Amino acid sequence: MSISRKWLIVPLACVVGLASSALAQQNQIDFARVEMHVLPVQGNVHMLVGAGGNVTVQVGKQGVLLVDTEYGPLVPKIMAEVRKLSSGPLRYIINTHVHGDHVGGNEELVKTTPVDNTQPLNIIAHENVLNRLTTPVTTRVTPPPQVGLPTTEYFLPEKDLFFNGEAIVLYHAPNAHTDGDSIVFFRRSDVISTGDLFTPERYPGIDLARGGNVAGIISALNRIIQIAIPEDKQEGGTYIIPGHGRLCEEADVVEYRDMVTIVRDRVQDGIRKGRTLEQIKASKPTLDYDTRYGPGDTFIENVYKSLTAKR
Amino acid sequence: MSSRWIPCVLACAVLLTAGMPAYAQVDFSGQWESLYHEDGPERLPGPELGDYLGLPINDAARLRGDSYDADRISVVQEYQCRPHGGDYSMHGLSTLRVWREMDPATQKLIAFRTHTQFMGMERTVWMDGRPHPPEYAAHTWSGFSTGRWEGNTLVVTTTHFKPNYMRRNGLSRSDHAVVTEWFRLHGNYLSVTQMVDDPVFLAEPLVRSSNWVRDPGQRMNPAFCEPAPEVPKEMGTVTHHLPGTNEFLTEVADWYGLPRAATRGGPQTMYPEYRKTMGKPEKAPPLTCERFCVCTSLGDCQLRDRR
Repeated sequence: MSISRKWLIVPLACVVGLASSALAQQNQIDFARVEMHVLPVQGNVHMLVGAGGNVTVQVGKQGVLLVDTEYGPLVPKIMAEVRKLSSGPLRYIINTHVHGDHVGGNEELVKTTPVDNTQPLNIIAHENVLNRLTTPVTTRVTPPPQVGLPTTEYFLPEKDLFFNGEAIVLYHAPNAHTDGDSIVFFRRSDVISTGDLFTPERYPGIDLARGGNVAGIISALNRIIQIAIPEDKQEGGTYIIPGHGRLCEEADVVEYRDMVTIVRDRVQDGIRKGRTLEQIKASKPTLDYDTRYGPGDTFIENVYKSLTAKR
Repeated sequence: MSSRWIPCVLACAVLLTAGMPAYAQVDFSGQWESLYHEDGPERLPGPELGDYLGLPINDAARLRGDSYDADRISVVQEYQCRPHGGDYSMHGLSTLRVWREMDPATQKLIAFRTHTQFMGMERTVWMDGRPHPPEYAAHTWSGFSTGRWEGNTLVVTTTHFKPNYMRRNGLSRSDHAVVTEWFRLHGNYLSVTQMVDDPVFLAEPLVRSSNWVRDPGQRMNPAFCEPAPEVPKEMGTVTHHLPGTNEFLTEVADWYGLPRAATRGGPQTMYPEYRKTMGKPEKAPPLTCERFCVCTSLGDCQLRDRR
């Protein structure tokens, strides 16, 4: 086998592996038993909690905007909750990133939303989300037509829109959880939806195969802290809807950012001392965080690979 | 009435009263001046770095404490105006005001509310039987508290804390902690015993108590805090000690002449029998007291005894 073919197989295996891993995760969920819960957050914005990633719902006179869509089978339950908040048309879906537990409901939502050219449904995401969703598994096969792909992708550092009486800003977080992450800021409601850049109940997932990197995660968390402004006593003010887990505020992101930064520094220190990945794992650089965020081996590995990757 | 009806009547009475909301049996309202005869050096100037003695911490808490760099308070702007957590605020500098919120129509107790001097932190202890919020709701510094009566003792359960400190030397208390408190009145004295259950950082529950004396003439100043950069630093700087590099950890043992292993804490260090097995100090205790020899108020709590 030639070297070029070898290098072709590695990323293909990663793509297939990640896709089957997402599918496996989806197959493990008994969707019939999933309960959806709506939490009013602030202003026009609500948080919808189910089995996949959190869904952010913004409602107003112009209709409904969703940030992320969980899984396809949950769409009827999602829309049942949305309809308790608004009878308006679904006008926007914003996908924070490419993973199946955040874009999985796109197709079903497109199929079940009545076509209305005067009030069309737009799906917005960074262009890398579209690129990843349409990348064929093998280069010689044309991908099948897909429903629910982003219709308005952006490639600049920011994108903004105005909907339901408020400005909404999307900030691209380069090479963080993936290479297509967006931070969504509802300026009037003062709510940030982070996708999986911030998951307060677990270590950050770093999808190295899709352009993720610990440096990007830390930059994104710092960006969220920069945007958020707490009220008196470092509490309230800007509310933050994480990709998974409970509703948060700036102080929760600071705690998490500190954790990621400290673990990054410990792993970096091990690399400087010439230690192997196994030696670094054995030194337990996440010992003081594992009781809170779960086993840290995968995170340590992803941090190590982020820091040692050739640029 | 025939005697065979008596059990039925009693059963009906029990069933009827079981569903009724409890009335406040003791009123804790008033102004309370904190007494610092317990744990004065920890509560007034703050604990020594690396002093974990007597705390039932686990390995995770110990490493978290060892990694803590006090510069974080000045370097990380977001830490500057952080208040105590609802649990620590009852133990720290905690001049206290308590008042009741009554339902005007029914005159039933809805909640006890408290205000403490440091950072003007307020707590609400709901007494109307409402449930705690779901786990996906936001957490706060004070947490979400509900109360119930055990005789004349008010038992308060608090969940939904934001992560904060267990001790002001870097030991953490997590947002998964559940805190139970027992409020008791003894004439003009209020005592609160607190039990912290924290599956993240504690191997056994942490129990501590605080006391106040009634002080009707007390005044509290308003609390202001506005974060501001104190030193130039790069965005996202997080100061900390890498494992094994914190040179301050042995100071407390050497200053007080304690075995260094004892200052590392853990559940065994809570119990009196630990003294039999804790070993000898690496450095002999000082001949005369040098640090916080008297510590009952901010005025007399000094590094050296000035008397």
